[in-house]
Amino acid sequence: METTLVYDASFDGFLTAVFTAFEMKLKTVKIVPKQRFQQPLFGDSETVYTNQEKANRVWAGLKKKLSTDEARRFYYAFLSEKTSVEDTLYNAIVYVFAATTNVGSNYTNKYILEIAKLTKNVGREKHRMEAFVRFKLTKDGIYFANIEPDFNVLPLIKRHFEKRYADQKWLIYDLKRKYGIYYDLEKVAIITLELGADFDPTKTSAAIFAEVELEFQQLWNNYFKSTNIASRKNMKLHIQHVPKRYWKYLSEKSVV
Amino acid sequence: MSFERVQEKLNILADAAKYDVSCSSSGSNRTNTNKGLGNASASGICHTYTEDGRCVSLLKILLTNHCIFDCAYCVTRKSNDIKRAAFKVQEVVDLTINFYRRNYIEGLFLSSGIFKSADYTMERLVAVAKKLRLEENFNGYIHLKSIPGASDELMREAGLYADRLSVNIEIPTEKGLKLLAPDKNRADFIKPMIKVKNEIIQYKKEKKLIKSTPKYAPGGQSTQMIVGASGENDMQIMYTSNYFYKNFNLKRVYYSGYVPISYDTRLPQIGTPVPMLRENRLYQTDWLLRFYGFNIEEILNEKHQHLDLDIDPKLGWALRNLHEYPIDVNKADKHMLARIPGLGMKSVYKILKARRYRELNWDHLKAIGVSLNRAQYFLICASNKFESRDLTAEKIKGLILQNSTSKYTSMLSNQLNLFG
Repeated sequence: METTLVYDASFDGFLTAVFTAFEMKLKTVKIVPKQRFQQPLFGDSETVYTNQEKANRVWAGLKKKLSTDEARRFYYAFLSEKTSVEDTLYNAIVYVFAATTNVGSNYTNKYILEIAKLTKNVGREKHRMEAFVRFKLTKDGIYFANIEPDFNVLPLIKRHFEKRYADQKWLIYDLKRKYGIYYDLEKVAIITLELGADFDPTKTSAAIFAEVELEFQQLWNNYFKSTNIASRKNMKLHIQHVPKRYWKYLSEKSVV
Repeated sequence: MSFERVQEKLNILADAAKYDVSCSSSGSNRTNTNKGLGNASASGICHTYTEDGRCVSLLKILLTNHCIFDCAYCVTRKSNDIKRAAFKVQEVVDLTINFYRRNYIEGLFLSSGIFKSADYTMERLVAVAKKLRLEENFNGYIHLKSIPGASDELMREAGLYADRLSVNIEIPTEKGLKLLAPDKNRADFIKPMIKVKNEIIQYKKEKKLIKSTPKYAPGGQSTQMIVGASGENDMQIMYTSNYFYKNFNLKRVYYSGYVPISYDTRLPQIGTPVPMLRENRLYQTDWLLRFYGFNIEEILNEKHQHLDLDIDPKLGWALRNLHEYPIDVNKADKHMLARIPGLGMKSVYKILKARRYRELNWDHLKAIGVSLNRAQYFLICASNKFESRDLTAEKIKGLILQNSTSKYTSMLSNQLNLFG
């Protein structure tokens, strides 16, 4: 009989679910985040409550069995939020714990290979966001950016922005997942915003943003045009590097 | 800062700087100190790409396009009738900081036309970098142009603030330089290069003894050559490039297909296509020299002064040296694996790792990502299927070209196009 474990969509919640599955010695398990959960026709379901201690034990166990980089891949793959990525991760964890040697890079195992592939995708998205975030200066002196990344990469890009922009307040908001990270010159905190119905993330409204903001955007757009060599035009390559789905928040690509 | 005025200057001076190919922001790992602004990411970040597909990672501008020289190949040459402009030091600093704070760029690439004298110009460039570092506490990437003929003292100072320094030699041969830029000479280009090279070595040595020794041009030096402006052949270009890599410890040599900008009869006329395919082949050769363990003499020599346009240089070498093949992927060492056409260094390392667990066959190679269309004629693996016909080089080339597509196909086709 298959048991479905429902967790709160956090990574620690997932690890707690893994702990529970081992603890209850469940044979066939499905781990589902609560927003994807549907009461199954057959089989049991159970809600797992995130427990930091249990989560830490699973994570520590993984780190003992794997290299730092291999353990990190589990976290990256989790952030992809792919449907049933939890099952891939769970099966991989079972496989890793059962083996007597380090099998974290044995790509002949389909779960390990899948995790490596997801890691690559998430890593690429992380790097893209480090490049494509476009801050706009608000009237309150906060550098604000909105993004809609394919994967949940905010936790991954936090460190980069924290180190780089240490002397300015900034806020990066994920419109898709409805949360953001805010740096107040001391530390980075996770926040949620009530964005008014009239807030258009593709525009730079004069009510919110500083006066000079539009000027700098215009300078940047001008620079972008001037630095192009028309006789070498190669749109295929251009779109390959800057896929169209990112254009709407890139001031140089969206028509002002 | 007057917005309109700066905007006009930016348009002129960014447009003039765009023929400089280098845009790398990698190789330096400056950290953010004292809660200042910025750091240099070792891998570099491309913040956007222009419609020609080139990366935009730095704010690439000239300080001024006033120039006392009259080099035929250059847009900012004295005799060219164009709008001239010059930034003030503070304007460049403001632009850089404000672009950087908005996450548009990784840093600044500052070049300049030469006004008054080499030292006068270099002093201004250094002043910008100094201001950014000391007054704005800016730790992002700075790439400065070394002005040919600048004094040693200025070059030493430049390296203390910049991550990378570069001098563009532009014309690969001295003869070409005489023809196109009669008032310049090669020695002036080389002088600052030698100074920077020696300083880098010196600072590295001291750093080993004294931890607090400041960084000196951690991103190294680079240069650029124009391809197709002065009638030089591929061998001359690559031998020059090799000479600079060997003697000046350069990080990179860039090759820039000449974009016609003048009606000067010494140069290709406006409307002549940019030699992009040739540029591509030169870069491939450059990679073979730096990462694949090839010797320049193997690829280009008196007998083969030009690179093939229809096939890549590694395949070209393989076809001239069929006696070296087939190579056994399960036994050959790294250097020989790297010589199999269709295998990149990434595949080579994957093969080296994977073959520890099992003998590899065609399926494994395919999964690893080897381009079998090219590789199949040059290797054997754990399979009894392999190319057993005794094919000539011509025949192999034909078979490979038949099964491959290239975005350059239309450029290569010498068949008449009836309806085009």
